[in-house]
Amino acid sequence: MLLSLIRTEFTLELRRRSVVSGIGLYLFAIIFICYLTFSLRRGSINEATWSALFWLAILFSVINSVAKSFIGEKRGLSIYYYSVASGQHVILAKIIYNTLLCLVLSVVGFILFSLFISNPVQDIPLFLLTLFLTSIGFSASLSLISAIAAKANNSNVLMAVLSFPVLIAVLLMAIRATKNIVDGLERSTSYDELTNLLAINCILTALAYILFPYIWRS
Amino acid sequence: MKTWLKIVAVVLVVYVHIAGLLLAVPRLNILNETIRNLYFHVPMWFGMTALYAISLYHSILYLRTPTLERDHKASAFATTGIVFGLLGLGTGMLWAKFAWGAFWTGDPKLNGAAITTLVYVAYFVLRGSVDNQEQRSRLSAVYNIFAFAAMIPLIFILPRLSPSLHPGSGGNPGFNTYDLDSKMRMVFYPAVIGWFLVGYWISTLRIRILAVEEKMAELDYAKHA
Repeated sequence: MLLSLIRTEFTLELRRRSVVSGIGLYLFAIIFICYLTFSLRRGSINEATWSALFWLAILFSVINSVAKSFIGEKRGLSIYYYSVASGQHVILAKIIYNTLLCLVLSVVGFILFSLFISNPVQDIPLFLLTLFLTSIGFSASLSLISAIAAKANNSNVLMAVLSFPVLIAVLLMAIRATKNIVDGLERSTSYDELTNLLAINCILTALAYILFPYIWRS
Repeated sequence: MKTWLKIVAVVLVVYVHIAGLLLAVPRLNILNETIRNLYFHVPMWFGMTALYAISLYHSILYLRTPTLERDHKASAFATTGIVFGLLGLGTGMLWAKFAWGAFWTGDPKLNGAAITTLVYVAYFVLRGSVDNQEQRSRLSAVYNIFAFAAMIPLIFILPRLSPSLHPGSGGNPGFNTYDLDSKMRMVFYPAVIGWFLVGYWISTLRIRILAVEEKMAELDYAKHA
């Protein structure tokens, strides 16, 4: 059941294509503006600035893309899902799909950043692990919040307001780990942050799994 | 709320105000007399956490059996919790101006506390943007549980991970670093209990107001329908 739900998400995505193209444009636009700005200055970019710009770009792309997961859904679709699958399967499928989406966005963002702006990351596997854990964190919290915001009136504003504080905890760990990686410190300095990320992800996913059936019922 | 509890609350808070400002306190280098802030600032946070926990309890109960009364309780305790949080931030900022020279610093505990307040303000934004009452109660109950679980890492775990100027960091928050000798304990423990009882009392008043408003709306509807 779970796999078929995930497959449905992918098919919908391939048909609409709005999400990926919209976000790709967004990400690309940010990176291109950064490139134009920094190439004018003729100096190498500061590592802290690189990290800040990177996470800014990723954060806004991710929020925009995951917000569309529930908010853009037509009424009939949710009723159909309700009759066919259990709430827990639906939210797990959404979380897994959104994790993959966020991961793709992060990696593409990282590649584009290294192409257009510098690449100060010195331990790429560890950075990819950080991106993976952060994607899970973003996806779990944003999927649940997008489900809540979809039922309310001004959903887009509400989405931003509700999600911001919860993302802070995830972002803080990610930025700290990125700082360690970019500074070239050895791997063990980042283990604390990554373990924290893992723990936060477990909490968020468990909460989303338990709470989603209650949201869904109307 | 029982009358004797209300009397105890008033007596304790008055006692804390008088004794807190008049009784002797141990002298520490930079803190001097400002250590008296302990009687006002720290109980705010204890009270806030306790009130949010009670709000969480009612939200969980609401999800099991949805009654409007439980939703009112959850919302009222969250409101008072926010007030306590804002007061805690306010007393902290006043103290910081004297002890550190600035109203705000980039301290993780301060930021965590501010973000926690934002989380619960977002709770009320959510309540404001859903029209249907049943949906509003259900969505806000779910968000309350989610927000509480997000708050715990923010203000209890993350500040302990990094060094900071805030008294009590580098270990437990607050208790051991102050010279909490018996003189201060005599005012501090009553302060915690007294402020929490006052917060609980205010919340029960708010619940009664909400119930009366609901009743009035019902009567209005019956009259005009």
